Amino acid sequence: MKMLYFAWVRERVGTGEETLDVPKDIATASALKAWLAARDEGYAYAFEDPAIIRVALDKTLVEDETPLAGAREAAFFPPMTGG
Amino acid sequence: MRIIVQAEPFDAGAEITALHAGNPAIGAVTSFTGYCRDEGGQLEAMELEHFPGMAEDALRAIATEADNRWPLMGITIIHRYGRLKPGEPIVLVATASAHRRASFEAADFLMDFLKTRAPFWKKEHPANPENKAHWVEAKASDDADTERWQIED
Repeated sequence: MKMLYFAWVRERVGTGEETLDVPKDIATASALKAWLAARDEGYAYAFEDPAIIRVALDKTLVEDETPLAGAREAAFFPPMTGG
Repeated sequence: MRIIVQAEPFDAGAEITALHAGNPAIGAVTSFTGYCRDEGGQLEAMELEHFPGMAEDALRAIATEADNRWPLMGITIIHRYGRLKPGEPIVLVATASAHRRASFEAADFLMDFLKTRAPFWKKEHPANPENKAHWVEAKASDDADTERWQIED
């Protein structure tokens, strides 16, 4: 599954993009955040407050409990500051 | 709808003209341009990161909501990304309608939603090299602004 990271999430993880093998038992967006947080210190730092990290599956913003349901891409980012 | 995400600057005047051109039924065009402030000389540059693909989709979705909500005859949204200097334009929102009310309100609505739903992130680079660059935090007031549009029936 393709992972994308933006803004300070990207800086803390250390990359903007990677492809990972996500275990089948990871079922929701929040489970994915928790799984990523456990990978190493950088990820743990990026996801230290998982509630504020927004998730987009296949470029659609989703809630924490949204099932991954075969999404090809997950993006993680802080609240948006456009405009 | 003209929805553009680009690094290059835009010409607001030309965009307003283009929005109105060829449709004499349009009686009103409202435009908003957002600029990079200099923060009293404290800002060297603002870096705008974006999510390519989702940014255009999000702006188009916001424009579609406005289009469904008001009788509009055209919408233009241009949002830049990259490293911008103080004084440079960041975003343009322009709306066209027969009469002014729809045009004014839709432009206001578009900016409120663009602030919270468009995947862009701002990083400020201070003029003083002793200060670190930092990511701008989303404001609770921006979320509150979007809520005011719910109270309409």
